[in-house]
Amino acid sequence: MSLVGAKVLRKEDPNLITGRGQFVDDITPTGTAYLAFATSDVAHGRINSIDTSEADAVEGVLAVWTAADLEGMPPLDGPPGLERPVLATGKVRFAGEPYAVVVATGRAAAADAAAAIYADIEALPANTSIDVALAEGAAPVDDNIPVNGIFSMPVEDPELDAALESAPHTLSFQLSNNRCSAVPIEPNTVLADWSPAGLTMWATHQAPHKLRTDTARWFGVSQDTVRCIAPDVGGGFGAKINPAPELVLAPALSRHLGRPVKYTQTRSECMLNMYHGRAQQTDVQVGFDDEGNVLALKVHVFQDNGAYADAGGMGMPALTTAMAAGCYQIPKVGGGWTNVLTNATPIAAYRGAGRPEASFNIERTMDIVADELGMDPLEVRRKNFIPADAFPYPTHSEVAVYDSGNYAASLDELLNIMDYEALKTEQAANRDDPSKPLLGIGFSCWLEIAAFGPAGALEAFGHLGSWESGQVRIQPDGSAIIYTGASPHGQGTVTTFAQIASDELGIDFDKISVRHGDTATVVQGIGTMGSRATAVGGESVKMASAQVVDKAKAIAAHILEANPDDIEVTGDQFNVAGSPSASVTWAEVATKSFQNLELPEGMQPGELEATVHNAPPNFSFPAGAYGCVVEVDKLTAEISIREMYLVDDCGNVINPLLAEGQVHGGVAQGIAQALYEGMQYNEDGQPLTGTLVDYLVPGAPDVPEYTSSRTTTPTPNNSMGAKGIGESGSVGAPPAVVNAAVDAVSHLGVRDIPMPVTPQKLFAILQGGGS
Amino acid sequence: MSNPTTEVSVSVNGSDTSASVEPRTLLAHYLRDDQGLTGTHIGCDTSNCGACTVLLNGDAVKSCTVLAVQADGKDVTTVEGLSGPFEGFSAVQEGFRQEHGLQCGYCTPGMIMAATALLADNPSPSRDEIRENLEGNLCRCTGYQMIVNAVEWAAQNAGGAE
Repeated sequence: MSLVGAKVLRKEDPNLITGRGQFVDDITPTGTAYLAFATSDVAHGRINSIDTSEADAVEGVLAVWTAADLEGMPPLDGPPGLERPVLATGKVRFAGEPYAVVVATGRAAAADAAAAIYADIEALPANTSIDVALAEGAAPVDDNIPVNGIFSMPVEDPELDAALESAPHTLSFQLSNNRCSAVPIEPNTVLADWSPAGLTMWATHQAPHKLRTDTARWFGVSQDTVRCIAPDVGGGFGAKINPAPELVLAPALSRHLGRPVKYTQTRSECMLNMYHGRAQQTDVQVGFDDEGNVLALKVHVFQDNGAYADAGGMGMPALTTAMAAGCYQIPKVGGGWTNVLTNATPIAAYRGAGRPEASFNIERTMDIVADELGMDPLEVRRKNFIPADAFPYPTHSEVAVYDSGNYAASLDELLNIMDYEALKTEQAANRDDPSKPLLGIGFSCWLEIAAFGPAGALEAFGHLGSWESGQVRIQPDGSAIIYTGASPHGQGTVTTFAQIASDELGIDFDKISVRHGDTATVVQGIGTMGSRATAVGGESVKMASAQVVDKAKAIAAHILEANPDDIEVTGDQFNVAGSPSASVTWAEVATKSFQNLELPEGMQPGELEATVHNAPPNFSFPAGAYGCVVEVDKLTAEISIREMYLVDDCGNVINPLLAEGQVHGGVAQGIAQALYEGMQYNEDGQPLTGTLVDYLVPGAPDVPEYTSSRTTTPTPNNSMGAKGIGESGSVGAPPAVVNAAVDAVSHLGVRDIPMPVTPQKLFAILQGGGS
Repeated sequence: MSNPTTEVSVSVNGSDTSASVEPRTLLAHYLRDDQGLTGTHIGCDTSNCGACTVLLNGDAVKSCTVLAVQADGKDVTTVEGLSGPFEGFSAVQEGFRQEHGLQCGYCTPGMIMAATALLADNPSPSRDEIRENLEGNLCRCTGYQMIVNAVEWAAQNAGGAE
């Protein structure tokens, strides 16, 4: 029986439901000391002096460092000329930026000492938004760069401009994607133990091999002496990939003090120091005809990169512009962008990383076009879909050649599970009935990029390569250990990769272990991000398994005195095709594979293992159709999602239970962005949403029940036909929710409501009788 | 000068424990740092996330909002103290496994303890009641629906293994 495609319960769960999981803060070697930061109260300011004398005197304090103690050490990895110093140097550039670090024998002593550090910081004008930062005379965030617009890639395409000009209708508007915090429930945590034998570092991280590489380079030591371990990781969502001060300070201070050093971020620190995501404003120009055919689309993305430009954050608008046209055939498309420094937390990948923004822009645009023409939003979408026979489909962008898709099929399935006509009738009736809430119906026919694996895909973001490793090692008893460079943090990789390997190897699922997240055991690796683990790393496991089976068949054939081509493997044994009685168990083959006297000529002991670093030829492009129904209370303007319909097409599915879990989680984050979340700052750059009291991560009552279904359009890029599913929900949900919210008040002339769509914003709309 | 300490004694998962702690020590830190029970997780500093939920004399509490001295002389149950007829797992634990009620697992011990307290009070809650009762526990991975399924499974299978 094939396990791929089956609802298999997770191997990960028994530890995690009993408290036997091992997260970084659960590990405390003897002699561990604790690190704490002193952080800036102001968003932008000149550091005149830092007084650490009181901190030095706190009992248990072992070291207090400021930037002056780091002289000669490099900055954090970053785009050349834009690198962030490890500790604020000369200036602080965002509220919460660390300017001093303390290590003490106890957690509380470290916190006490950090609180006893006094900095004289002269406040400077804060760039609290893209508009402020780009205004004439704005205070430069980076003293070495006079303007805050640090990079610009405008669209220069006269044909596009002509197409916009000649279109029967042209609209220009701006859409924004709110600044979000990833909020994994486990904040950043690192434990570094630098002994004479070398450095061992446990970190909650999505890419431990990258951390190994970066750490070795930063300290100028060889990679063999640096072991990085990502044990159980409590969520990542893109925010646990890139450089951070603690990731070099914990090892530096461990080496300095000769003892293990641990840093466990508090949530309040996490809200200001863990990378934020999104934070884009986009100027949209769209040209279309009377029938709703979109003829031309031009976008210019302004990316708020925060106070320091991270390589990932810089690259985000490249993905947004590549996906600008979504699942639509638009004759002329162009996308440009500007990266902007502001006095806020640095920006990097957050679940979807550039594609939720693109999906939001195009799916809001389709609704605005429909509104302008008085057409049904689904009719406009259907008119413009790329047809199912047009794949592979080259876009305006070299990055995006869509692999496969059937967008109309996903929408058809959505309308199978969602009664659109009945909802429209109810909506019309509710508008006239004072006792009923306003009803809004919204859609998104979203498209995204997954399977970050083609050569060149990740190198620009600071990764060694874009492949993923998969290694299979048969044990002498016929069990197997799989090693993967994918480094999961909730995805269920241990289970899905064991399913893939079990099918390919013919070894029982219960006799397969999957190991990950340790540079000492996993050959090499890139990590888990960009919906890549299964499509890229799972395929490596499958390929390596196939190689191992070929070698095992040679041994089985030798034992059975048969032709290797006639050997079949299933149910933990090898059979000769056509003679069922002739068989040998996997255990026997495995044992003999380690015994010279039992091996066929030409084979050596230990050959039943294989390693593959698979890089697919192209990205994959998962798509889907989501429908959202919101209710808005006519008196209080409270908004709630009543129904949420989800049709995903991620190609073939390895484990439907886990795939659905990924969709639900992504959708909840998308709903959160649309209705609840968003970092806010006052005019001085003070964060107003720096804790979970103010930053509204939704709880169970705040999100609806999901009704989900699937269509299946396999990718040609791997033998499993699996596209990737990790980010789909966060790509598809925000436009569906906002389209529904706007639809609820569209009779008042409203065409857009910026995220998050709060009751306050809706209340103002209802009070004002419209926009 | 050393901070003053005070002696606390807490029954944890049926075993007597004691330690000399600073009065400001949180129950969460007492459990994790003094007793080595790291199944109780800490996810925030404002009592919002609920990852640190444990039972204190049978009631679900956020152990980051209880001082260790407040637990002196009381009974605490952590996730490590649960057991049941499902190959050793309690119905709630098994429900989370059966219904894919967890992904990264960081919020899970707190969710399981909150759900355990809920079912002790209300053995057959509606889906809305489950959602309302887990309001104080944040999960960033699952989108909650499968957590609700998990608690429903536990309610339906509270009688024991089939």
